[in-house]
Amino acid sequence: MGDRKASNWWTFWGVLILVWALFPLLWMVSLSFKDPDTFRSAEPTFFPKTWVWDNYKTVFTDSLFTSAFRNSVGISLIATALAVIVAMFAAYAIARMNFPGKKLLLSMALAIAMFPQAALVGPLFNLWRNLGIYDTWIGLIIPYLTFALPLSIWTMSAFFRQIPWEMEQAAQVDGATAWQAFRKVIVPLAAPGVFTTAILTFFFCWNEFLLAISLTSTDRARTVPAALSFFTGASQFQSPITYIMAASVVVTIPVVILVLIFQRRIMAGLTAGAVKG
Amino acid sequence: MTLTEERVAAPAPRQPEVTDRARHERRLGLTLSAPAFLVMVFVTAYPLIYAVVLSLYNYRLTDPAGRSFVGLRNYVTVLSDPVWWTDFSTTLIITVASVAVELVLGFAFAFVMYRIIRGRSWVRTGILIPYGIVTVVSAYIWRYAFQLDSGFVNQWFGLGDFNFFGERWSSLFVITLSEIWKTTPFISLLLLAGLVQVPEELQEAARVDGATAWQRLKRVTLPNMKAAIMVALLFRTLDAWRIFDNPFIMTAGANKTETLSFLAYRQNVTLVNLGTGSAVSVLLFLTVVVIAFIFVKGFRTDLSQVRGDR
Repeated sequence: MGDRKASNWWTFWGVLILVWALFPLLWMVSLSFKDPDTFRSAEPTFFPKTWVWDNYKTVFTDSLFTSAFRNSVGISLIATALAVIVAMFAAYAIARMNFPGKKLLLSMALAIAMFPQAALVGPLFNLWRNLGIYDTWIGLIIPYLTFALPLSIWTMSAFFRQIPWEMEQAAQVDGATAWQAFRKVIVPLAAPGVFTTAILTFFFCWNEFLLAISLTSTDRARTVPAALSFFTGASQFQSPITYIMAASVVVTIPVVILVLIFQRRIMAGLTAGAVKG
Repeated sequence: MTLTEERVAAPAPRQPEVTDRARHERRLGLTLSAPAFLVMVFVTAYPLIYAVVLSLYNYRLTDPAGRSFVGLRNYVTVLSDPVWWTDFSTTLIITVASVAVELVLGFAFAFVMYRIIRGRSWVRTGILIPYGIVTVVSAYIWRYAFQLDSGFVNQWFGLGDFNFFGERWSSLFVITLSEIWKTTPFISLLLLAGLVQVPEELQEAARVDGATAWQRLKRVTLPNMKAAIMVALLFRTLDAWRIFDNPFIMTAGANKTETLSFLAYRQNVTLVNLGTGSAVSVLLFLTVVVIAFIFVKGFRTDLSQVRGDR
């Protein structure tokens, strides 16, 4: 009996947490549907007086935002793929081998995870201009890849450590070739860890702002977070608020979809890399 | 850059003849980790050294010919300027306030997520949304909620025409609120991972011995979670310390809400004052080293678990 009542209490607190987590999203969606010409007032309301699609139309036709969306998707996906590949090799070596420099590599990853990116903005700005990669995709992909590496390496090596590697030998004893053993036994076991790492890395790249505004100057490479801060609205006489919120909804949709589909994986990934033992 | 090496002195008893297999393993291990290593050195260590060099020069991009060696004068300029100290205090206030609130709130969330039965996956899914959302978006959401001509906060709480962004403390309040909303999920997940590992038998034994819920929390749960708590605190503190997005979007640094990262950005990128800017960068880096050092030595935070070399 008491258990039942206690359980209801926990559910009640859970509902409060949900409200806390999702209420700001409701506000974002509500603002994005307000009429850009009339929403401002001395006594603003939470929900729109009239719901309009205008903001979304503007967002999808304004080249500032459409190019930023393309840049964000491209840069984040490429940086994620590269980070995961580079980290996969390192994580495999860390999980399975003894080699000199292993401790150094792990310490360095830790140091970079704590590194204040703002401290690199000046030198990178200067270096990238000298190398001719300022305001290009590659100019953002390189630092994103770097700053995503620590998280990728930890998360993946934590996953790799849990793989029963003996199964590879067992399969070989049973007559499989080395390649077959790897493909049929190891890849399916390692794939979830690699995939989870990719999601977390993607979130990091998708979110990054400081480097995005420091190392770009035009819509050639400017990502969505950077573009949002330059958004001025359909005309200079209008407040950009409702457009920014519509654009925010658009960039939040991929995040929500990933979270909804891969909730368990993301939870496992976040906790696997960070605290163990 | 090595932060803790206490456990490095692994016993290396006899140095036996290195077998072919071991030699092969070493070479393969080095080869596999070389790309990660090189990328990290190229993008962080090298620019950091470059920043140290630049910080010793008077160097503006707008006047490249005027470049001259000035020794430590840039550091003197920065440290004797009240802007550095204002930004330092702003960063400190935001960090301490947000981390303190997040620790309590994150612990409460972790506890609910641990105990809840009905609706468990809903809560765990919902809490990941602030974690995944773009920080700039979070900053705009909260800014517009508090802004006079668009926000609902003043209406709901009967604050009339109080302008939250008109003065320092109320601005810092909103900035910290956005920071807390966005990052509490992360700390609560780390704490949940620690909570799960507290042996249930210990709780049971304490209960049998007649310990109250509060006593069990204080004497059993928290001590067993110490490692997880310290790691979560270290990560969040250093993450909060480099806060940039929220003040940039919400106040643009007005009313003394500029943070140290913001200062580094403004000096280097906006003003292209690379000499002074690099001095700010190096000083910012040093503050991070000091904080990490305090955690590792002062609070004995065991990072070997995080690093993965158990």
